[in-house]
Amino acid sequence: MAQMTMIQAITNALQTELKNDEDVLVFGEDVGQNGGVFRATEGLQEEFGEDRVFDTPLAESGIIGLSVGMSTQGLRPVPEIQFFGFVFEAMDAVSGQAARLRYRSGGRWHAPITIRSPFGGGVHTPELHADSLEGLMAQQPGLRVVIPSNPYDAKGLLIQSIRENDPVIFLEHMKLYRSFREEVPEEEYTVDLGKANVKKEGSDITFVAYGAMVHAALKAAEELKEDGIEAEVIDLRTVSPVDYDTIIESVEKTNRAVVIQEAQRQAGIAASVVSEIQERAILHLEAPVLRVTAPDTVYPFSEAEEVWLPNHNDIVEKAKQSINF
Amino acid sequence: MSFKSPLEGIEEQFEMIQILDENGQIVDEDNLPDLSDDDLVELMRRMVYTRVLDQRSIALNRQGRLGFYAPTAGQEASQLGSHFAMEKEDFLLPAYRDVPQLIFHGLPLYQAFLFSRGHYHGNQMPEDVNALSPQIIIGAQITQAAGVALGMKRTGKQNVAVTYTGDGGASQGDFYEGVNFAGAYQAPAIFVVQNNQFAISVPVEKQSAADTIAQKAAAAGVPGFLVDGMDVLAVYQVVKEARERAINGDGPTMIETMTYRYGPHTMAGDDPTRYRTDDMDDEWEKRDPLVRFRKYLESKDLWSEEKENEIIETAKEEIKAAIKDADQQDKQKVTDLMSIMYDRLPQNLERQMEEYKEKESK
Repeated sequence: MAQMTMIQAITNALQTELKNDEDVLVFGEDVGQNGGVFRATEGLQEEFGEDRVFDTPLAESGIIGLSVGMSTQGLRPVPEIQFFGFVFEAMDAVSGQAARLRYRSGGRWHAPITIRSPFGGGVHTPELHADSLEGLMAQQPGLRVVIPSNPYDAKGLLIQSIRENDPVIFLEHMKLYRSFREEVPEEEYTVDLGKANVKKEGSDITFVAYGAMVHAALKAAEELKEDGIEAEVIDLRTVSPVDYDTIIESVEKTNRAVVIQEAQRQAGIAASVVSEIQERAILHLEAPVLRVTAPDTVYPFSEAEEVWLPNHNDIVEKAKQSINF
Repeated sequence: MSFKSPLEGIEEQFEMIQILDENGQIVDEDNLPDLSDDDLVELMRRMVYTRVLDQRSIALNRQGRLGFYAPTAGQEASQLGSHFAMEKEDFLLPAYRDVPQLIFHGLPLYQAFLFSRGHYHGNQMPEDVNALSPQIIIGAQITQAAGVALGMKRTGKQNVAVTYTGDGGASQGDFYEGVNFAGAYQAPAIFVVQNNQFAISVPVEKQSAADTIAQKAAAAGVPGFLVDGMDVLAVYQVVKEARERAINGDGPTMIETMTYRYGPHTMAGDDPTRYRTDDMDDEWEKRDPLVRFRKYLESKDLWSEEKENEIIETAKEEIKAAIKDADQQDKQKVTDLMSIMYDRLPQNLERQMEEYKEKESK
């Protein structure tokens, strides 16, 4: 076992799969010699050569289109979109092409592509670097969308994503890259996609979160203990498909829920969690299911980030609102 | 600073290549393809067959027996001459008008009809057919072709990726990205741009200030050729040489074929009289690819009216049989569509699968 940051766990996962499978290729803007702008691919070109780990021309649609084409040749592409805000350039290649290749060809072809990309707020980036666009991706049948909240999950989820025979959008919250270390096994292991993780058990209220918001939810749960409130915290890990079974089971026990996302209120994952809860567990509910989200503006210029991003205080407030309903 | 015309000094690179003129006369003996008499006859057979298929498809569409259909008449030399230079193991990435190439690459005709009807089996290429189904998004196939070609290079295959788009497609960002990627990786790709003069209704003059589409390759460091797309020998020869070059590891080629679609854009209500004149149609029909190649073959005693009629009758019979086969295909179910979405069904679809299985059992 070693202590790793999330970015180290990601590099370790890429290295593991490059070793395991000759068909795995890692590429994107600056991922080769430079090792990626966040150093996620550091040392990989040196270890595996330019045929396996390489730089691409600067064109996101081209990168994903290239990946779709390479998929037909038995390869397993792991492209990087340098910042996920740049995916707008590649929306057809992702949603119109990669996501539909298996369906469109009646199963004759498939796209075992893992698109890795940094996203998420709080690190003072320029415009279109920090946006939470997972809601857009989750609306596209044919994709899986994975968002790890910690180094251990990041490694296991990324290895599993690369082994999937269908496209996965693997989103890495920039604030989590180096914010803490934890024990990560050196050997290979997988974390199954589509399975949520109960991070903390509790009997009074359920918090559903993913990515950086898992940590805000855990902090809120810690504070609520002082008021004698025991919150259960669920880390979705995969936001498409959402593991609704785990959420419903929890809500049937706690009878209350707050769904938390860093994305805007209109931007999705939380809304679908709320509607699934009311469809499947309304008679268990003691209060309306509430949401903690960012407001419905464009992602703010970086000086306004701190006032805009949801935080643990917002979660505590909503939890009390639910308990006192 | 002096502003020159962009092609000044290099115009001849983009002069139109022609081997067979409108009268069926060889005008460029040096570039005459090395094709046997059987090959020449086969090329003509394919063009006649495709012309009949086009006529029958239009009729079947009007009777409501086919769905989406993009007419091909006028473009036979461009489509089939280029395809004739491909080997079976080469990979084809067609646009929606390029169904004839798919058929000659091995897609059974009844499946082409199912594609038209919107049945997923129409998109299920047989195991030995290296092709994607026709692309609907203009230009998306161009970046994919670069990927197929790079994949072939990485896996050491001695094959090429051939993709098709039109004059409108050459305005898309993906067009530039795909050609540029293939150039950067020296990948064995061939980009055929069938310039049929109109992107639905918008004339090619309005697409770009460039005199040719072929010259767009130059900016990516890729050779570009302009070829008479009504001359099946010229189209074949240029693609053939581009293929040899690609196999030798010398990278991709772009080929613009000057052609014309006689019919509407698709059978879904397009009316060409809104944007074309009869004079223009007449002018292009004089350059017809079948007429000139027929004259050429007749001059070599390789063709006769009898032979052509035989081919027409065979085509009609095969089309009739293929429509019958298409009619026999099982109707699609929602659960079929669910099962081709993923390798491993995710939780949401697993639940919905149960729901729809029950619905469909009623």
